[in-house]
Amino acid sequence: MDWLYQPWPWYVAGPLIGLMVPLMLFIGNRSFGISNNLRHLCAITQPPTVDVDFFRYNWKEHTWSLVFVIGTALGGFLAGVVFANPEPVRISQATQDMLLTWGFTQPGMSLVPEELFHASVRNFTFLFAAGVLVGFGTRYAGGCTSGHAITGLSTLQLPSLHAVLGIFGGGLFASWFLVPWMLI
Amino acid sequence: MSRYFPYLLVGVLFGFVLIKSEAASWYRIQEMFHFQSFHMFGILFSAIATAFVAIQLIKRLDRRRALDGQAIEIPEKPPGRTSYLFGGLIFGLGWGLIGLCPGPVFALAGTGSLGALVVLAGALHGTWLYGALKQYLPH
Repeated sequence: MDWLYQPWPWYVAGPLIGLMVPLMLFIGNRSFGISNNLRHLCAITQPPTVDVDFFRYNWKEHTWSLVFVIGTALGGFLAGVVFANPEPVRISQATQDMLLTWGFTQPGMSLVPEELFHASVRNFTFLFAAGVLVGFGTRYAGGCTSGHAITGLSTLQLPSLHAVLGIFGGGLFASWFLVPWMLI
Repeated sequence: MSRYFPYLLVGVLFGFVLIKSEAASWYRIQEMFHFQSFHMFGILFSAIATAFVAIQLIKRLDRRRALDGQAIEIPEKPPGRTSYLFGGLIFGLGWGLIGLCPGPVFALAGTGSLGALVVLAGALHGTWLYGALKQYLPH
């Protein structure tokens, strides 16, 4: 049962993620994508006094999607807590070296770095602000990595190619310039 | 409720894979954007290839029916360019900073990460902000 605890190689994980697209179509003609749930959660919690049009629709029709991400969190619990990998993340030597120069002491010890995720005002401000970019950007683009990079590209849709170009451009800029600038 | 059960199961599988593949790891995302390992690219490329083959099979086989008996339809994204490029760019900035896109946010939150919940709170505010500003943005 070692495979339940160990990290999975890309050639196992990738095809399994890819299978989400036909599975969701087969289960109920649904398009695989995660970020729409952020919209549904806004629609659920929007107070009647605010009333933004974009969140005024019958979110109950999208219960299936919310159930899916509840499952995702449950899967995360199983994989990250019940069957947790006791070993550090096996990032490449080049990444370790780069992170050491950025001031990290033990790169890869857990899934996410303590330096950025442990509870502090500075960290949580940073996480919240970057979260705002993720929420704003995915809705503006109408999808995220799952809806555009995987569902969109695998069904050969040009809008998704544009979205993916944008996503990679933004990601490259952030990780080459913003992250080191912030840390060093 | 039973009609939602398949979604729950597939969701559990998705979350499990995101953690086991370390796609929900900040380190893996930095490694990817710095082209220091094939791991994340392997995940993305093989996921797209698998989905592509499956879609082609669905299109070519006669049994293109979902569980509820409806014919399977592949949804089309609305046409456009500006919103996809700009939206992608803004999302990408966030992804590069915190190494979490929406799927992994939920998976990591499931591991009990308080930080992931903070990211989720930010993402909900960002989504709301888009909804409020939508009419003023180029699409």
